[in-house]
Amino acid sequence: MKQQSALFFWLLLAPFALWLILLVIIPHIDMLGIALREQVAPRKYVFSVQNFTEFFTEPLYWRTFMRTAVMSILATAMTLIVAFPVSYFIAKMLRGRSKAFLFLLCLIPFWVSELVRTYGWMILLRETGVISNALQYLGLVSGPVELLYNDAAIMVGLVYTSMLFMVVPLVTVLESLQDDIIEASYDLGGNMWTTMRSIVIPHAMPGIVSGCIIVFMMTLGNYLTPNLLGGKDSLWFTEQIYTQFITRFNWELGSAFGILLLLLSSLIVWLGLKLSKQTLTSTMAS
Amino acid sequence: MQSSVIDLETRDVQKHYGDFTAVDNVSLQIEKGSFFSILGPSGCGKTTLLRMIAGFDEPDSGDILIRGDSMLGVAPNKRPANMVFQHLALFPMMSVAENIAYGLRQKKVAAAEINRRVQEALESVDLASSGKKQISQLSGGQKQRIAIARCLVLEPKLLLLDEPLGALDLKLREHMKVELKQMQNRVGTTFIYITHDQSEALVMSNKVAVMNNGSFEQVGEPADLYYHPQTSFVAGFVGDANRWQASVSSVSNDSCTTAVANGPQLRAKTAGASRLAVGDLADVFVRPEAIKILQNSQSPAETDNHLQCRVVDLLFNGANSSALLEELATAKTIHVALPQTGEYLGLQKGEQLQIAWSPEQTHCFKVDS
Repeated sequence: MKQQSALFFWLLLAPFALWLILLVIIPHIDMLGIALREQVAPRKYVFSVQNFTEFFTEPLYWRTFMRTAVMSILATAMTLIVAFPVSYFIAKMLRGRSKAFLFLLCLIPFWVSELVRTYGWMILLRETGVISNALQYLGLVSGPVELLYNDAAIMVGLVYTSMLFMVVPLVTVLESLQDDIIEASYDLGGNMWTTMRSIVIPHAMPGIVSGCIIVFMMTLGNYLTPNLLGGKDSLWFTEQIYTQFITRFNWELGSAFGILLLLLSSLIVWLGLKLSKQTLTSTMAS
Repeated sequence: MQSSVIDLETRDVQKHYGDFTAVDNVSLQIEKGSFFSILGPSGCGKTTLLRMIAGFDEPDSGDILIRGDSMLGVAPNKRPANMVFQHLALFPMMSVAENIAYGLRQKKVAAAEINRRVQEALESVDLASSGKKQISQLSGGQKQRIAIARCLVLEPKLLLLDEPLGALDLKLREHMKVELKQMQNRVGTTFIYITHDQSEALVMSNKVAVMNNGSFEQVGEPADLYYHPQTSFVAGFVGDANRWQASVSSVSNDSCTTAVANGPQLRAKTAGASRLAVGDLADVFVRPEAIKILQNSQSPAETDNHLQCRVVDLLFNGANSSALLEELATAKTIHVALPQTGEYLGLQKGEQLQIAWSPEQTHCFKVDS
């Protein structure tokens, strides 16, 4: 009996373990190996940190790297600012069917692929797009306006893509906050602002942090949205990795970039957890 | 202790939810320093009334005044009333001291003053050394005391309590009843306490309002409600009572005679506003402890109600022991209190006996058609 349940445990664990080992651990070990070598002759490699020195000596690389990090943090913060009121409204103000309906509205955009959604933004924002035409029709601008291919367009696209992944943990954590605790805060003389700051946000912290981690990682590793909405000027670090692997066949440098991106996201998530005084376990449990 | 200052007054307060009338024309006056309970079954509108006093709901019509000032349109955070919630609603993200300091911080009281008053509040509930503890480290009774201290530190004119003892186990609840009553005596703040537990209301209060279907049935002192109920609902809800439905066969000044279908004649006192006429259907109530079990040799007094019964069961519960009897003629079940004085030790299941009680302790109300 005991043996049987142990067998079941391993059988259930097997798909996850295989996925983790084959698709995450082995590729990363291999990538680290590739990143730490240099081609000295055809099919002849030696150990070297040259790929990493190249990253730090070439300003384009590390500037793109830093820009991606800063933009991702900014996009995460903006997603949080937009998603928090929405989540609060869904979790605390609505009841029954209207709650389910609004939650569904947040979900519906994810029934189409990210590519199609991004094209939707392009249709709205491009020079001959809906917004440009509407502005001209209303006489607010004299000629067509290009709203695509700038940082603001990238930001809008990233926030839009990430919304659901922020709303879900926030709604979950806010629903677990009992109404009478909010009422007690008002009863004791608190106003909306102090109630938010002292009661709601401290309670929602695990949800806020887990939402931010997910959104930050998704944004940092996003390729499609910055590329399509930002065009050539987007300068997203994932594009550099793509270029090294696909355009320049420089797997060594591409791997080094990949490793650096992994280190960067781990570092920023760690910093975020430290600053918000949360642990990864408490965050993921919410 | 009592003065003529009115701390809370409600005038014809009404609240509807769609077609449902939650609170129907409730008017009351509560004197400063009293312990006022609102007692009623769940769904009677008592919570809605309390939430309107606290400011979480607005009445559809009528007025609520605290110390003579109308509270209509005044937000809960601006009212001089604080609430102890049913599940206490202590802030789990703060320490005990921070919980108590919360209201003072909202009032922008100076930090040193806050510390002093928080310490005083903690001492007043015998938890002086618990300030640094987390809420989860407290026991049920301690949480209770912190929830009350958190309100009292603000020196409100009214303290509203929404069945705060409901979640406690029996022993602790009995203890907290006495503690709450003593605390109220000590601080002198007006307490408004809502509960469905009649024993809580009777033990603690100066005055109790019995509420049913959104309106007050009777307002009075606990003993008054118990011995002189004015409506059928109060007689049935406050304390235990045996109840018959009977038709009125004769009426005199303040008493009447009723006949139970195929059963006994019962003489009773007519109470309150209910005007009885011959032929009316009436509810007749008698308390278990008002009924005497007659020994073999005794015979009932001339005017007493008396019935022939058989013992169905004996329910031993210490001081609250009772006997379950069955009336021979109608097979109606009757509860009779058994004082544990040794007098009734010989009582056996199946035994036949006679019971009797005075019409003075029998209450009769017209059944509303």
